[in-house]
Amino acid sequence: MNARARAAAIEGWYTLEDPPHLIGSRCTSCGSYFFPRLSGLCRNPACEGTEFAPVQLSRTGRIWSYTNACYQPPPPYVAAEPFRPFAIAAVELAAERMIVLGQVAAGIDVAQLAVGMPVELVLEPLYSEGQTDKLIWKWKPLTGGA
Amino acid sequence: MSGEVAVLGVGMHPWGKWGRNFVDYGVHAARAALKDADVPWRDVQFVSGAATMRCGYPGYVAGATFAQALGWQGAQVNTSYAACASGSQALAAARAQILAGGCDVALVVGADTTPKGFLAPMAGHRPEDPDWVRFHIGITNPTYFALYARRRMALYGATVEDFTAVKVKNAAHGMSNPNARYRKRFTREEVLESAMVADPLRLLHVCATSDGGAAVVLSSLEYARRRGGKSARIAAISTVTPRFASNEVEMPDIATDSAVAAAPYSFRASIARHAYEEAGIGPEDLSLAEVYDLAASLELDWYEHIGLCAQGEAEGLLRSGATRLGGRIPVNASGGLACFGEAVPAQALAQVCELVWQVRGQAGERQVAGARVGITANQGLFGHGSAVIVKS
Repeated sequence: MNARARAAAIEGWYTLEDPPHLIGSRCTSCGSYFFPRLSGLCRNPACEGTEFAPVQLSRTGRIWSYTNACYQPPPPYVAAEPFRPFAIAAVELAAERMIVLGQVAAGIDVAQLAVGMPVELVLEPLYSEGQTDKLIWKWKPLTGGA
Repeated sequence: MSGEVAVLGVGMHPWGKWGRNFVDYGVHAARAALKDADVPWRDVQFVSGAATMRCGYPGYVAGATFAQALGWQGAQVNTSYAACASGSQALAAARAQILAGGCDVALVVGADTTPKGFLAPMAGHRPEDPDWVRFHIGITNPTYFALYARRRMALYGATVEDFTAVKVKNAAHGMSNPNARYRKRFTREEVLESAMVADPLRLLHVCATSDGGAAVVLSSLEYARRRGGKSARIAAISTVTPRFASNEVEMPDIATDSAVAAAPYSFRASIARHAYEEAGIGPEDLSLAEVYDLAASLELDWYEHIGLCAQGEAEGLLRSGATRLGGRIPVNASGGLACFGEAVPAQALAQVCELVWQVRGQAGERQVAGARVGITANQGLFGHGSAVIVKS
């Protein structure tokens, strides 16, 4: 058995439970959502709200657009050897009326993606540090529609 | 109109990958602009530099760096940083100083020395910086360009052939430009055979990063009149911010604003709109435009954002030949970023230099016949963008 430890690659941006959620903020005055989390003053200039509720963002949405990374990004990206291209999606969340970027789940190529396709949030390793997998959110096509 | 200033001279250091100190390029461009203006350096009363973030402290204080390199002579100084719009903000500072009566003659300079490959964020572990986070998860600049390219394909029927046609067009325009880095005619086959960078964009669809420098000498209309002769004029400089809820999927952000409490807002369209309002003209008055083709596909977005056509009609405008030299409204007659590559703090000024040469009828083989009015447009990181209108 090799029980690898799991930890967030970026602390506080998403839950590590199954299924995972992105963690955002919602202004208690005007209802605007923010990701990543926001404190201080609401960014809606028509609102003077200073209080935010932590919220779990919708974990499904539809692809607004997509692409891939064919060249190895520069640091602070931690690339596996050899580098393997990965797909990236911008996903529209209906309730929040916002678009959130992220990698697409491993093994899924741009040829399998389409604008408007329903996807869900999953966690996968971004890189490993010793026995710990550093997890990041990714978008994964929903089989069977949504 | 009282809000206008005169352009007495413009100058550039050719774009390339020269590997020298950015100050060399800035000084070269400044001296070329001063010579073009026939203004001695000692007569310049305000120096406005566009900063670079890649060349250490001298880059952060570019105005003073260029002033010292040209020889301290007691001018007032300013430095502006606004990513791709840095040159326009430096230009706006000089215009404001002139219009406020603080000086008659101002020199604006931007220059950069760039690394090979991707532009990357500052070093260290900085998860509070969105620019650090996006690179950490593998999202580079071409990612954003490609998301918009794919979106055009899905919504408006754009094809990779259209993006390739933009590159081939701009390469043909820049062939005779002595300041362009790439003066080579590209065929569609060469573009389509280049390596994929960010699907659907290939290497030859995406602009390079370059070294270069550009400078502009501005004066009050009164000062220009006293000297005699005819000068080009700056009729508008727009450096507006986005408005909430901005719907731009843009560097370095991971998410857009949420449009739950406010309507979604297009930042890119607002940049040129503000410039047109300031100049009291519209897109129908333009002779030409210089727009930020960080990727060939983005040029199509700009056709719509600067009002050359309605949303979804850019492909039709391109295919009609209207945006080629000789067409109704040539776009990127200079060759654009396709031929220059991006030298961030110099690029917005380089766009202005091209419009000045064009409205003076000095653009040589790439001259737009009868050019009288032109607009620049650019947009970059952290909610920056600008548009400048130049008139004969």
